[in-house]
Amino acid sequence: MMSTDLRSAMGEFKVHRVRFFDYMPSGIRALAFNQDTERMAVARMDGSVEVFHCSDRFFQEKIIPGREQFGIEGLSWVGERLFSAGLNGGITEYDLTNQKVKYTIDAYGGPIWTIAGNQQGTHLAVGCEDGTVKLFEVNEDNIQFERNLDRQKSRIVSLSWHPSGSKIAAGMMDMIQVFNVETGHSMHRMLADRGVGTSRSKECVVWSVVYLSDGTIITGDSVGMVKLWDDQTGTLIKSHNVTKCDVLALSVSQNEDSLVAGTSEGIVVQFQFVSMVLGKDDKEWVRTRTFRNHTHDIRAVAEITTAVVSGGMDAQLVVRPLLDKIEERSAASALRKIHFPHRRLVACARKSGLMLFQYPGHLELWRLGESEGKGIPGSSLFVKRNPEKLLHLKVKGEDHIRCSAVSPCGEWIVYSTASTLRLYRLHCDNNNISITKISKLPKVLSSANQLCFSSDSSHLFSASAQSSVHLVSISQSGCKFVGTLKPKSGSHQAIHLLAASEDGKWVASANSDHEVHIYNLQTRKAHCTVPIYSSAVTAMGIHPATNCLFMMHADQQMFEYSIEQKQYTDWSRTVQRKGLHRLWVERDTPCLNVMFNPQNPSHVILHDMYMLCIIDQSLPLPDDKTQFYNQLTLKSLTEEQRKSHSHAFKVCKTFKDILCVELMPDQSLVVVERPLEDIATQLPAPIKQKKFAT
Amino acid sequence: MLYIYIYIYIYNIVRCGGSKVNLRPPIISTDSRFLLCASGDLVKVYSTRTEEWLHSLQGHTNQVTGIALNPANHLQVYSCSVDGTVKLWDFIDGILIKTFIIGYPLFAIYVSEKHEGVLFLHVSMATDSKNECFQLVAVHLPKSAEQEVEAKEMSVVSSHISSNPSCTAFGRGGEYIAFARHLQLNVYFFRKQKTCSFSLKATDKKGAKNAFTCIACHPTDDCIATGHEDGKIRLWRNFIHKKEYTYSTQHWHHNAVNTLCFTPEGTHLLSGGIESVLVQWQYGAGNRKEFLPRLGGSILHISVSSDGQLFCTSHSDNSKLLSFKCLFLPMLFMLSGDGVLTDLMIDPRSKALVLNGKPGHLQFYSLLRDKHLYNLDIVQQEYIYEAGLDQFEVVKAAFDIKGSWLATVEERGQKSSDLEFFLKLWAFDERTQSFVLNTTITAAHTDRIISMCFSSSKETTMLVTIAEDGQFKAWCQGADADTQQDQNFWSCDFVGSYHNLKPTNCSFSADSSLLAVSFQEVITIWSPETWEMLTTLCQPPGVIRDLCFGRLSCSKYLLGTTTRNLLCCWNLLTCALEWSSSVEVSKLQPDPLSENVAAFSYQSKHTDVFVFKPSEPRPLFTNKNVCSEKVHRAVFVPREEPLNNCDESSQWLNRSQLYFLTQNMDLLTFSTATEEDRILSSSKQLVIDDSVAVTPFYLLLGKHGQQQQKLNTQSHPAADKPQQPQGSVTIKELLHTPAHVLPAASVLCSMFVNSLLISNTGVQEEMDSEKEEEDSEEEMEACDSQQELRVQGSVDEVTLKLSKAQERELKRVRKTDFSWMAGLIDSKP
Repeated sequence: MMSTDLRSAMGEFKVHRVRFFDYMPSGIRALAFNQDTERMAVARMDGSVEVFHCSDRFFQEKIIPGREQFGIEGLSWVGERLFSAGLNGGITEYDLTNQKVKYTIDAYGGPIWTIAGNQQGTHLAVGCEDGTVKLFEVNEDNIQFERNLDRQKSRIVSLSWHPSGSKIAAGMMDMIQVFNVETGHSMHRMLADRGVGTSRSKECVVWSVVYLSDGTIITGDSVGMVKLWDDQTGTLIKSHNVTKCDVLALSVSQNEDSLVAGTSEGIVVQFQFVSMVLGKDDKEWVRTRTFRNHTHDIRAVAEITTAVVSGGMDAQLVVRPLLDKIEERSAASALRKIHFPHRRLVACARKSGLMLFQYPGHLELWRLGESEGKGIPGSSLFVKRNPEKLLHLKVKGEDHIRCSAVSPCGEWIVYSTASTLRLYRLHCDNNNISITKISKLPKVLSSANQLCFSSDSSHLFSASAQSSVHLVSISQSGCKFVGTLKPKSGSHQAIHLLAASEDGKWVASANSDHEVHIYNLQTRKAHCTVPIYSSAVTAMGIHPATNCLFMMHADQQMFEYSIEQKQYTDWSRTVQRKGLHRLWVERDTPCLNVMFNPQNPSHVILHDMYMLCIIDQSLPLPDDKTQFYNQLTLKSLTEEQRKSHSHAFKVCKTFKDILCVELMPDQSLVVVERPLEDIATQLPAPIKQKKFAT
Repeated sequence: MLYIYIYIYIYNIVRCGGSKVNLRPPIISTDSRFLLCASGDLVKVYSTRTEEWLHSLQGHTNQVTGIALNPANHLQVYSCSVDGTVKLWDFIDGILIKTFIIGYPLFAIYVSEKHEGVLFLHVSMATDSKNECFQLVAVHLPKSAEQEVEAKEMSVVSSHISSNPSCTAFGRGGEYIAFARHLQLNVYFFRKQKTCSFSLKATDKKGAKNAFTCIACHPTDDCIATGHEDGKIRLWRNFIHKKEYTYSTQHWHHNAVNTLCFTPEGTHLLSGGIESVLVQWQYGAGNRKEFLPRLGGSILHISVSSDGQLFCTSHSDNSKLLSFKCLFLPMLFMLSGDGVLTDLMIDPRSKALVLNGKPGHLQFYSLLRDKHLYNLDIVQQEYIYEAGLDQFEVVKAAFDIKGSWLATVEERGQKSSDLEFFLKLWAFDERTQSFVLNTTITAAHTDRIISMCFSSSKETTMLVTIAEDGQFKAWCQGADADTQQDQNFWSCDFVGSYHNLKPTNCSFSADSSLLAVSFQEVITIWSPETWEMLTTLCQPPGVIRDLCFGRLSCSKYLLGTTTRNLLCCWNLLTCALEWSSSVEVSKLQPDPLSENVAAFSYQSKHTDVFVFKPSEPRPLFTNKNVCSEKVHRAVFVPREEPLNNCDESSQWLNRSQLYFLTQNMDLLTFSTATEEDRILSSSKQLVIDDSVAVTPFYLLLGKHGQQQQKLNTQSHPAADKPQQPQGSVTIKELLHTPAHVLPAASVLCSMFVNSLLISNTGVQEEMDSEKEEEDSEEEMEACDSQQELRVQGSVDEVTLKLSKAQERELKRVRKTDFSWMAGLIDSKP
């Protein structure tokens, strides 16, 4: 940790620069895009599934944590239902409203390599290690095994349905098989060439297959070829040598005029179905663009209407917009790289200077260090006491942690997995640290979607099913269920954000339906609902002095809602009327925390992955003509001129790759950084490539 | 009469309107037999089979900037020039068919089959030379019969195009034309009359330089290939849509792509750049490519023959290579473009001109045949084609008098402080007929070698080098007892200096008995036998620039020039200044075969030439304003056969010819009037009659035509025809005419025999001529079909010039004419 003096026009802060949170994002294994709901489902190596909202700036709406030994190999949407299959041999359906696994059934075919649903939404097909393609009928609340297609000798690696649903193409070792779904018999068997030279002895794995409505089958294989086959004759039409390594993923656009292929070199190659002679209809697949945004294997690609989404071993989700499909260029059409989850993984006990880091399988509790004296702005201070890891708390069971919290006083730690919720009490006498598990928890605290302590640490808020919030009082003696706060709307979506007011009167919850409910804790009744905005809430906080709820949305809009008056504040209306600065709106990561400076009530502190911002509500708002990042300019001006030039947004870009920023009561800031370079060094080595002039 | 015959080689840089105009790509004729290159104000025609220069199309008065085959007739070629004209040639026979006067300087020409009678030209509209403003205009060729027509019907296609002609290309079947400028690609569709523009960003995060450098269109698909400054090649498709256009990128070149070319079938794309590697990309197969490396200088242009069998690449070092698929014939003429560092020299054995060729090579160039003979690798190191590298270059070379020794100096690091240089001596090997490295001297001097010369005596060969370290060294072969080897290596014989002054020049007298070395302002005369300094000659202030001894009868004279505009002549017998003249001389060149010395004087921005004998200060010959650049290199080339010119002013050219190189790398020479006549005679012979297509066939059978014409004077105004050549000329014509245009051998045979007969006088002659007529009448019938064809052809050409009525008249006249002939024959016996 380093301590830095951060002094500028926006005020003076001592900063704890925390870099000991070794968060490692997990590699992306599969992608599935749902055209109707515009949701992108992402499966990661650790078995977690995330749902991104494509038209809402790719906000990470839902996270379903994984579990140990639960590798996902394929994802498929059937209607609005999401299924996954993995090497453990089971097919899993997810309950997206409550963000948990609904059920898992075994396919009895050994490890499953691929899963594909037909466009009609009636059947799921899985490809198994034992060489069978199994068809499952999708019923209203479960799936049921229907039959096997002709069993093959080698494992089925990839599957694709013909859009009509009558044929299935399956990629295997060294060959591609086309099945008639009606009869279950094989129609064609097409052999994929092995590579030349030494790789001739290695078998060719058909990693990915795409069946087009005109009967063309496109395959990507381990030889590095993208091949086009005709399903009428079972012959090769054309082959494109894309790479020397493997072509791991293929995806075709909805209207079948564009195809993307992801390779293990980390490049995405686009093919387009263009007419060779303008104005005529004889079209051909031509290799066009190449996107190089990854350093490691690309395990999954998906072409959505306006962009190519790719993910791989380097754990970043890259959204590369296709400019030719975009009507007008805007913030929504920028290249987007999603590295960190849009949830807070760090909780901070403000009063006691403790940090709780949430890893998938364990929690870590750290005490912040202390520094000495004052320095000049920008300089680093001498660290008097090093930060100290107090606790390493392993999760019981196989499930990964869904959410966790530490109480402001630092006495209580709580976490929840999909199945259990555990509350611990921390005893801290000098250097002796011990925890005790609170054994008798009320029944309602079986699992939580989001957890939050009240500011005086006397109550725990636990968001659970049906958008309800359970209120539990905690004390030395034990834990007592106080009541349940239920919204009036009757929404069933899970709550992903909770915010409690400083005075203990209010609590606000935000769910995936973009609803924000405010509850009165004294009456334990719903107080009001904030008017629903079209974009998801990414962060919110209740102002300690005015009790106004400040909300940040995924589209970078901000609202301030007076709880007592049940209406937007004047400032919020001014912001909406005048509009936000273009540069503010074009930022591509959501704000993840809202804080208030008790010493300066007009200040709101926000942060996203790249910057830290203080909004001074007393200053005029910038319009599009004013310089937005004006810190340097202001520095060079005299005190008098500064007044006329300054505006409400004070942005600090000193810190990068920020996971969390927290304001401590002693006016120091804790900035938790996770440099992407550090993540890159911990990734496995990429495929070695010859670089020019090396 | 004397006049300058400008001998401009392929790829010279002519500055026009302030912009640099590079040579245009060569074109290969449809039958792959000829290669046409724009070269100076000529279009040169080469044979692709023999690689020999055939003839030149001469007529433009300024730099030819573009050539294009006439799409309507593949035996014709259009050429455009800075002089504002477009000329249509029959390139096989070298006949100028038509001249179109455009009126603006033209910089490139494009034609398309779809647009008949329309030429697309790059026109410079800039009034002031600083801002380049090029326009692409379509010129409708007027259908007028005259020889010189003014083409006024012009329409502008685009008013802002790149000055680089490679940045414009016709698309599939002439449906559209694509042109790029800086970062913008424009495609103009003729049918819709609409332009689509696509721009790239100047740079991106990775530092790509996206400016367009060249363009090529696929012959059958709608695909445009563009080359970029950073070496990328983009293939554009779907460019009819403003938004949904797409392109794929290939990257192999590490520097700008100079040229792109699709093969006629469209299966391959060829690209070239500074790397001197011809890259052959398989169209539609992504990255699959083949290479043809080490082709010479950086590739500037690629052209492909219509059958796809021949690739022709032109290089920055002025060479051209024809490659026959992958097996390729190195070929053709080069005169280094990147600056000649060595002097111009003549190899005494082959009489070839020797100078810098490929990087690190000396080239041997036959002036007689205008052909590059071979390159001699001096540096013997791989040359890396990349900008900004400091590599070894041959800077000095000298032959001894017999041509059995060659001395070379190669140098690296001229710009930086750490200079590296080698002196190499090469012996001529009779067996292999080439030079073989004999000795390499790594540290001949401690500083750069300024000059060197061989002694001119036939018995002993001695090399003298002078260097900036203030010393001159004499090098001799053998005499080294330590190395007891058969071979004799060169070693240093004598080191001399004079008051630590820097030497500037050295020269041996004609009999090698004296060596003159100039040190700044002082000339020292040494005896090479004893290495004793005989005398010093001082002259009025000024550093000696050039030094030479007189030859033959004037060998007692020593000539020197100084930087202070003085030309001095000393008599070595008296050691006194014989005469001096105030003239600024940039180069002094003695003729080895005569007493004459040529002096190039640069004054008030032009160069004058004086030829004089050292014995008298009066010039034999003066020519003012030869060229506008300074001349630093010149050479007298001995003639194979001496001319017997009695004209006083041209006598000095009898034994040898003077070639000189201007700073613009134009090689110029003086030629005498008789030579000039000879050169022009062939083309003049062909361009005689305006109304009838002139072929050798016509020349042979011209007599009939003449007779007929006399009767048809109304439609054929009396042509001013010279007397038809008889005897040997006819034979020559016969032998020089390509076989395919000759009439049947049976036809020719009798004529040929007739032409050999010595004509008798009197009655018998009449008889003969009558007989001849009869014969030819039969011939006429025998080769009726061929005649028909020919007549057709000529009528076609006539229509160009005659109105319809006249044409009809002509046809009628021709018909009656034939019948009349028949009648005549019938009535005669």
